[in-house]
Amino acid sequence: MKVLVAVKRVIDYNVKPRVKMDGTGVDLTNVKMSMNPFDEIAVEEAIRLKEKGIATEIVAVSIGPAKAQETLRTALAMGADRAILVQTDEEVEPLAVAKIVAKVADEEQPQLIILGKQAIDDDNNATGQMLAALLGWPQGTFTSKLDPSGGEVSVTREVDGGLETDRLKLPAVITTDLRLNEPRYASLPNIMKAKSKPLATKTPEEIGVDIKRRLETLKVTEPAKRQAGDKVGSVDELVGKLKALGVVA
Amino acid sequence: MKTLVYVEHEGGQIKDATLAAVTAAAKLGEVHALVAGSNVGAVADAATKIAGVGKVHVADGAHLDHGLAENVAPVAAKLMETHDAFVAPATTTGKNIAPRVAALLDVMQISEILSVEDENTFTRPIYAGNAIATVRSSDAKKVLTVRGTAFEKAAREGGSGSVENVDVGSDAGSSSFVNLEESKSDRPELTSAKVIVSGGRAFGSSEQFHALLDPLADKLGAAVGASRAAVDAGYAPNDYQVGQTGKIVAPEVYIAIGISGAIQHLAGMKDSKVIVAINKDEEAPIFQVADVGLVGDLFKIVPELTGKL
Repeated sequence: MKVLVAVKRVIDYNVKPRVKMDGTGVDLTNVKMSMNPFDEIAVEEAIRLKEKGIATEIVAVSIGPAKAQETLRTALAMGADRAILVQTDEEVEPLAVAKIVAKVADEEQPQLIILGKQAIDDDNNATGQMLAALLGWPQGTFTSKLDPSGGEVSVTREVDGGLETDRLKLPAVITTDLRLNEPRYASLPNIMKAKSKPLATKTPEEIGVDIKRRLETLKVTEPAKRQAGDKVGSVDELVGKLKALGVVA
Repeated sequence: MKTLVYVEHEGGQIKDATLAAVTAAAKLGEVHALVAGSNVGAVADAATKIAGVGKVHVADGAHLDHGLAENVAPVAAKLMETHDAFVAPATTTGKNIAPRVAALLDVMQISEILSVEDENTFTRPIYAGNAIATVRSSDAKKVLTVRGTAFEKAAREGGSGSVENVDVGSDAGSSSFVNLEESKSDRPELTSAKVIVSGGRAFGSSEQFHALLDPLADKLGAAVGASRAAVDAGYAPNDYQVGQTGKIVAPEVYIAIGISGAIQHLAGMKDSKVIVAINKDEEAPIFQVADVGLVGDLFKIVPELTGKL
């Protein structure tokens, strides 16, 4: 089966985001950017399905600026077969991303679309669910285990109460959680090989999706800062503090 | 504005997160509720009693059991023809269903709101809570998820809503529930606990994690949480995880033990009233947000602390 994975170029996981002085957003100039960690897990899972002989082709898609090509090259170096960049310098909201990926899915006809459960920049946790709704497909969100067989996929999901297992009919949309797998690092030979893998570029207009934003960001501020308190020197002092705070009698 | 709050329930009980969603919805206008599930009569009755809730729309059908998004979302979307805002708790249940409803309505969801500024304007955390965005929606209808720690819980008693049975839709036939492996615990739930003791990778093993933290939690009547590193290492189950992509908590007291304080972890607990940190590394970032810190070996400190409480 064909597997489609969606990847997003975001601020690197290890970078502390800084709010711009003018309150218009987070400063991304000269900041290290990487593939969204949950999307790396999505790519890794697709590759593992291919290694098991379940997936036959992996297509990676990204929506973003020209530089998102780097993110797609990373996916190709990890093991995706080809890539599609839907290029725009606009900030694209999950609803529009879902519409674009749905159009790509119409053309590519994958049996499985795997996405990260959320992007670590806008923290929306919405694109996969929206995509599933638009396609009329079932969704397996926050997935920590995935097992496709016989026209169905069994998904184990990390929910608030524990682990929920559902069975979905293919085609289906999957969003990944942290424990699904540990993504591999691309090897140097594979990074070289990825440079010659096909990468097609399109625009949202060509695909026929209106990406006009529905949410206008009026301002972005820093959250209230906590002040570091005191360090105590012993457990007795700590117990004293806890008593003073009324935590213990 | 007429709102429709998605009532999250389990085992016939309404979850606390729903009550925070009711409070958020009340800031927008009239509060209606949607109770979807199988044999949910008792839940519907309980929902009519929540302070501030008017009409309770009840969709009772076998295919709505376990809140399968494929079956619940169309029911909610249908009801949205006569409502202006769909409001769900930002729990795994709410996050699973709300975006699906939003897409059916062609609306961009506003995720994890922290406040309602006016009926179009909301604040929400981005970048793991390192920034707070104020956003204005131009959609005619709104779909919101509500961060439970940011709103007071509506009272479970005092309301006098009415019940109305609604179209239950049909089984999409594309998904089915198999089972829920519940992590059973006699301790309070993480998201509603007054005190949380939370452990990191420094515990070294699942055995030590539980041998040290469980007695301390029992002494304090606390819930037990964990950092991502501890969950990844298998010391604690997934539903213990506190952080950007785990649970968001804001207890009276959060005691972080052997947790360095990565931004992703801080995102999940920095709104706690009092933060206590125990860590052997005095440079650990957790101390920058802690009200009380103790530098030292947790293997000595935790048993001593438990003994002295």
